[in-house]
Amino acid sequence: MTLFKLTRIIRTSIYCIGIILLGCQRNADPNNTLTLATTTSTENSGLLDHILPDFEQNFDSKIEVIAVGTGQAIALGKSGNADVLLVHAPDLENTFVNQGYGTKRYQVMYNDFIIVGPKSDPASIRGIKDASRAMTKIYKQNAPWASRGDESGTHMKENYLWSQVNITPKSADNWYYSLGQGMGATLQFANETDSYTLTDRATYLMQADILPYLTIMVGGDHIRNNLDQNLYNLYSIIPINPNKHQYINHDLALQFTNWFTSTNTQTHIANFGKEKLGQPIFYTFVR
Amino acid sequence: MPNSLTESISLILSLDKDLIDITLLTLRITLSSLTLSIIIGLPIGTLLGLSRHIPARGFIMAFLYTGMGLPPVVVGLVVFILLSRSGPMGHLEWLFSPNAMILAQTIIALPIIVGLTMASTGSTHPSLPQQVTSLGATKLQTAITILSESKYGLLAAIAATYGRIVAEVGAVLLVGGNIETKTRVLTTAIVLETRKGAFGFALGLGLILLTITFVANIILLRFGNWNNDQR
Repeated sequence: MTLFKLTRIIRTSIYCIGIILLGCQRNADPNNTLTLATTTSTENSGLLDHILPDFEQNFDSKIEVIAVGTGQAIALGKSGNADVLLVHAPDLENTFVNQGYGTKRYQVMYNDFIIVGPKSDPASIRGIKDASRAMTKIYKQNAPWASRGDESGTHMKENYLWSQVNITPKSADNWYYSLGQGMGATLQFANETDSYTLTDRATYLMQADILPYLTIMVGGDHIRNNLDQNLYNLYSIIPINPNKHQYINHDLALQFTNWFTSTNTQTHIANFGKEKLGQPIFYTFVR
Repeated sequence: MPNSLTESISLILSLDKDLIDITLLTLRITLSSLTLSIIIGLPIGTLLGLSRHIPARGFIMAFLYTGMGLPPVVVGLVVFILLSRSGPMGHLEWLFSPNAMILAQTIIALPIIVGLTMASTGSTHPSLPQQVTSLGATKLQTAITILSESKYGLLAAIAATYGRIVAEVGAVLLVGGNIETKTRVLTTAIVLETRKGAFGFALGLGLILLTITFVANIILLRFGNWNNDQR
């Protein structure tokens, strides 16, 4: 009887320990895991799902994607919680590299920003070529404007465009909505509330079918019809400086950078979206 | 980390305007939801607790206890669909407003209030209603007696409910939209500030959130003891 009790206790203990160990399952081999902090646009557009498996297969590795705004991605890089960044705010990026947090900045692809808004177009900006001029009209009309408000690359671009016409919107203004959320959530907000917003063309094109109340106001239906130089949207890769923090997987970050800029991957990127949308979502520098 | 902590404390001590505004909005929304859920939930819970022989009581209880574990994001999703401009309640134009947040939090709070009220009024002595009635009490007086007998259970119910809605982030983020100065509350602000790497500000918000829950519980406990002393 006592023996029976004892075996039962031992067996129960083994089960319990087993369950606890299940929870403690170690991450995959850290040498083969790359943490990529990137903007919501590369993730929401589906580009990463499309191209990353090729890298993971060829380098027998695993990529963990953290999709946040560029400002937030850079914060992750600064605190040593990412190995490599794929972001789109040139000024922030240069500061980041100059301060020694990143080793180098590689320009890898581009597309453009557009302004979308409600079809009723209360500020009558449809077809205006200059984004800042359109935004001045929105400001004068107090037409609702949704801002990312999350220090993302898109938010930085928006602030730059406002500053070009000396307007400083305040979050307490009744027409200005500072959301602190990703591009998808912001577009959805604009769709629900008849607001204007600045978006990268990639995310808008991929989600246009669930945004029935919005349409393109500034930037035209194709990047070649976008006549505002300020709306150019450049993406760069920055490997994190391994001397700033422990546990930075710099080798894999460099392999990732080489792979991303290879002719093969750049062709993949340039072809992505063509079939579904009739135009590429990102453009590359390799012909 | 130590830097963040000192920064957060100095932000609180300096009565940083952003911190105050976010805190006030949080209090407004959570207290409204709590009041609404008490007004609706307390009578229903008492009724269910006292009617021991209604049909399908077991089913109702299972339903309520499931409701007590409703994931806030699911509530947020459903309220979003309802209030969306293509949804059945779109004409209210409540989406991304404090009203939407109060609605969602009331839905999260109701099953907890009803369930715990039912449990605590139901555990008073079965003959209590008869005794009170035989002393000539009206139905309302009977109900009040039962409620005051189950006071501790009710206070615990209110404390548990408040703790849950004030700490909740999924629903208010979805239906409120985290709009600065309009629908940004403590929990959604913490998410955003942490992501931005503004750990000091985020930690300050977290300390305020903890303080609110703590003070709320103190008030409720005092309320309970105060009634006790009067006897």
